[in-house]
Amino acid sequence: MSTPFYVSPQQAMADRAEYARKGIARGRSLVVMQYADGIVFVGENPSRALHKFSEIYDRIGFAAAGKYNEYENLRIGGVRYADLRGYTYDRDDVTARGLANVYAQTLGTIFSSAAEKPYEVELVVAEVGVTPDGDQIYRLPHDGSIVDEHGSVAVGGNAEQISGFLDQRHRDGMSLAEALKLAVQALSRDTNGSEREIPAERLEVAVLDRTRPQKRKFKRIVGRQLSRLLAADGAVTAAEAEDEEGEGSEDKE
Amino acid sequence: MEANTRSTGRLPAAFLTPGSSSFMDFLSHHQPQLLPGNRQLPPTQGVIEAPHGTTIVATTFPGGVVLAGDRRATMGNVIAQRDIEKVFPADEYSAVGIAGTAGLAVEMVKLFQLELEHFEKVEGAQLSLEGKANRLSTMIRSNLGMAMQGLAVVPLFAGYDVDRDRGRIFSYDVTGGRSEEHGFAATGSGSIFARGAMKKLFREDLTEEQATTLVVQALYDAADDDSATGGPDVARRIYPIVTVINEDGFRRLTEDEAAGVARSVLERRLEQPDGPRAALL
Repeated sequence: MSTPFYVSPQQAMADRAEYARKGIARGRSLVVMQYADGIVFVGENPSRALHKFSEIYDRIGFAAAGKYNEYENLRIGGVRYADLRGYTYDRDDVTARGLANVYAQTLGTIFSSAAEKPYEVELVVAEVGVTPDGDQIYRLPHDGSIVDEHGSVAVGGNAEQISGFLDQRHRDGMSLAEALKLAVQALSRDTNGSEREIPAERLEVAVLDRTRPQKRKFKRIVGRQLSRLLAADGAVTAAEAEDEEGEGSEDKE
Repeated sequence: MEANTRSTGRLPAAFLTPGSSSFMDFLSHHQPQLLPGNRQLPPTQGVIEAPHGTTIVATTFPGGVVLAGDRRATMGNVIAQRDIEKVFPADEYSAVGIAGTAGLAVEMVKLFQLELEHFEKVEGAQLSLEGKANRLSTMIRSNLGMAMQGLAVVPLFAGYDVDRDRGRIFSYDVTGGRSEEHGFAATGSGSIFARGAMKKLFREDLTEEQATTLVVQALYDAADDDSATGGPDVARRIYPIVTVINEDGFRRLTEDEAAGVARSVLERRLEQPDGPRAALL
């Protein structure tokens, strides 16, 4: 039996981080952004069935970039965590902060355990507050660190460039249509600065809308409602859009 | 045990293990003691005294279904609570009303709501109405041990079937036996009287407004003849809970709307105490 080569801990960690980052970079980036009435999730996703965004609990949404089976696993773990916690205590005791901590611990343990392959995922956990001040957005990179974000955040391969673009243009109190258009604009920019067109059918859009009367605030925006928002130049809120639509706006297949 | 939900540590392996989309299945593997059906029962003699909810009624109309319940909970001959809620939304398109032991019933509804929501979040699609009705069957069956000791829970489940474009009603017995009811149904101690009233008033072509009046009439008749069912309490402004489910989803009549229906029924009863008459052939 041969003796294994010595690899310094720094080198081992750097290798693992690079492995995870490369995996994440293969996927498309996505944007999570605050707007006047809540938080909007925007990403390029040709699939209608395999979602990048989903509901975790009443006010909490989940977004992920990277390897589908790995983030799907984490998503279901999060739904189970939230539902069990709400069942044991109360619905109000399920918070994005708690969920983000659990995800951070989970990703961190996997990342630093030599027996496991690091997860090639980057997550966003967002909770919509009663007022914009109460909104919370947490970004969770592959290594289990946790970043408290404000305004807008991008994750995925091209995230840094998109974040930079958004930081300069995002402002508080944007309407849904404005926020959506800014997000699409940011996602359509290639690394070399040129722009390409992302058709509405390739977009996955969801919101956590604090004006929704139901306790569950997560809603997918699809079909005509999405096209109308993308075409609108005025300020359209999700609630108004829902009234106009009157159908197909619920998250059901 | 490792299942400590307060811990901020890593998600336990059970959370990340691929499995069924049912929250109850997850609980039964991960924390079986939290499932109501798995509770250890001490041997008891006689019937345990706990508040009971009484009458729940439902009727279909073209385009939807109405589910309503009175507000009284009794413990023996004592009125335990005057404003108890026994009708709950199960999800966007269905509702459940419960007669029987109030404490267990409320717990069952909470778990049932969670079961449907959990499935919807995990799968990204809703269960069929049949699927929901069957799930409720399983839950009642798991309560059979307690039902044998007098702590029965007998729900009425109503929903809008999105695939068939109509309202449907399911009734249950204590063993979890499920049967679909056509037109109207009632459960609880006042149900025999409520059913009699509905049998005479029901028509296939009711409007939504007529259907809500019909259920309040039926509850009035149940309260009239069953001491455990409470009628509209005008002095305290406690009116029946009336819910409507149609293609727009679940809606509970506001306090004012329910009061309006109840008061109009009451006013007519002042002139005609036995209520509206059906034609004799």
